[in-house]
Amino acid sequence: MRSLEEINDKIKSGKVVVVTAEEVVDMVKEQGVKKTARMVDVVTTGTFGPMCSSGIYFNIKQSTPKIKCGGGRVTVDGVAAYAGWAAADILLGCSAMTDEDPRNAVYPGLFKFGGAHVIQKLVSGEKVRVQVRTYGTDCYPRKEYDAELGLEDMNNAVLFDPRNAYQLYNVAVNLSERTIYTYMGVLKPRLGNANFATCGALSPLLNDPKLRTLGIGTRIFLGGGEGYVVWPGTQHVAEPERDEKGLPLTPSATLAVIGDLKGMKERYLRAASIAGYGSSLSVGLGIPLPVVDEEVIAYAAVTDQDITFPVVDYSEAYPLGRPGALGRVSMAQLMSGSVEVDGKKLPTGGLASRARGREVALLLKERIAQGTFLLTRPSAALPGAELAPGL
Amino acid sequence: MVKKKLVLSFPPRLTQQPVTYDLIRKFDLQVNILRARVVPRERGRIVMELKGSAKDIKAGLEYLEEQGVQVDPMVQEMRHYSDKCVQCTACTAMCPTDALTIEPVSREIIFEPSHCIMCESCIAACSYGAMESQF
Ligand code: SF4
Ligand code: SF4
Repeated sequence: MRSLEEINDKIKSGKVVVVTAEEVVDMVKEQGVKKTARMVDVVTTGTFGPMCSSGIYFNIKQSTPKIKCGGGRVTVDGVAAYAGWAAADILLGCSAMTDEDPRNAVYPGLFKFGGAHVIQKLVSGEKVRVQVRTYGTDCYPRKEYDAELGLEDMNNAVLFDPRNAYQLYNVAVNLSERTIYTYMGVLKPRLGNANFATCGALSPLLNDPKLRTLGIGTRIFLGGGEGYVVWPGTQHVAEPERDEKGLPLTPSATLAVIGDLKGMKERYLRAASIAGYGSSLSVGLGIPLPVVDEEVIAYAAVTDQDITFPVVDYSEAYPLGRPGALGRVSMAQLMSGSVEVDGKKLPTGGLASRARGREVALLLKERIAQGTFLLTRPSAALPGAELAPGL
Repeated sequence: MVKKKLVLSFPPRLTQQPVTYDLIRKFDLQVNILRARVVPRERGRIVMELKGSAKDIKAGLEYLEEQGVQVDPMVQEMRHYSDKCVQCTACTAMCPTDALTIEPVSREIIFEPSHCIMCESCIAACSYGAMESQF
């Protein structure tokens, strides 16, 4: 149909036609797959929601005398960081907390300040306090280091998320008699509410369910800046069960992503204090899908009616690892404000933001249309996937 | 029929007195208590909705002031900070009234203070500190 090079040439010459994964739905309804595929070069997707498996690593400029963080103890704004590497590389996970935080000792814990909040401070331009206590060596004699550092003071600062962009996620409910506090939000007793964490028909991996156009090396929108898919995410499932439209029915794909923190923005990298659970980082992530054949459009035309998620009890089944769901509900039902589970009508609440996911897809569309974002050819397919011919 | 949302502040000596009972019995008012924080020997606060004729409400309020109760019109006790809100919609599942709803097309949150009963359920549901109580 058209090659990746042709698409990039069109981007450079300003002639590219880009639509979002929401806009493509109506186009296909009106004009069909064939005609839409002929017109559209790129479909952009987007999502925004808590991605607990997020973190940053950064490299600090050496002081005189030099210091070796590796093997010592490092905190950033009091939050425990990891320094088990060389002299000046420090890793900070979004869920890390300060030693003083009571966590859930005062239940439900508020988790007001964790690694995610440090990350948000950095991208918003604030400085954070890096404290190192370590042993001295002949080549790195210094034992203590204490400094206020902003992103501009660091040699490198990188967002690295080993597991993001879940293709399929549970809808969470609570069958027990008490309110529970989970990473899926507050769940009221006796099926009091149903919470979902997906952008549905706008979600990156649901618009290319078989991962035909993206893989290792795909350039993406990440946290307001740019990033890359670098590996299958941890817990990636290569061969999930699928429905007749190719959509996964059981746990499926995830992505490991990386990007320069220095180019990211607070609006798309937000700290979340999840009551009773912990601190997490909400990440804006968008993937452009090159329309190299008609199938790309056929998959991207997926609607909120098509996508279904399993309903899982988070009071017992989930924590105890018991299999089995309480049925499936569609994204359209979830977005209507209530779903029916076990004959009961439950109000629904989201964790991912459709509004901000849409913003991500539109921003990515704009960058491509303006010629500032070129598409990349994946170097390798993700496990279980086969790249579209021509990619 | 007039409806009024009010915040009553009681000096400690008054917290044991049946003022709400008096409002109902002496002034024929419907009293709906939305929130109350009454701790012995401390200043107490009650958020209530009064319903009745304009004349009865006026008389009731005068009575309260005579008793030494400070009466303030309810200025929005819950606040929605739209700059902190990411439009996740988690709070809407917790809200027992329609104070928090979703605009169906934009998927953005609409906060309608007049429907809020200040139950504070949305505070724990919001991970971004976008719902705050001024109580
Ligand atoms: S305080 Fe209660 S009624 Fe008011 S907005 Fe929050 S959840 Fe709704
Ligand atoms: S839970 Fe908080 S961030 Fe989410 S929509 Fe409600 S107010 Fe906004």
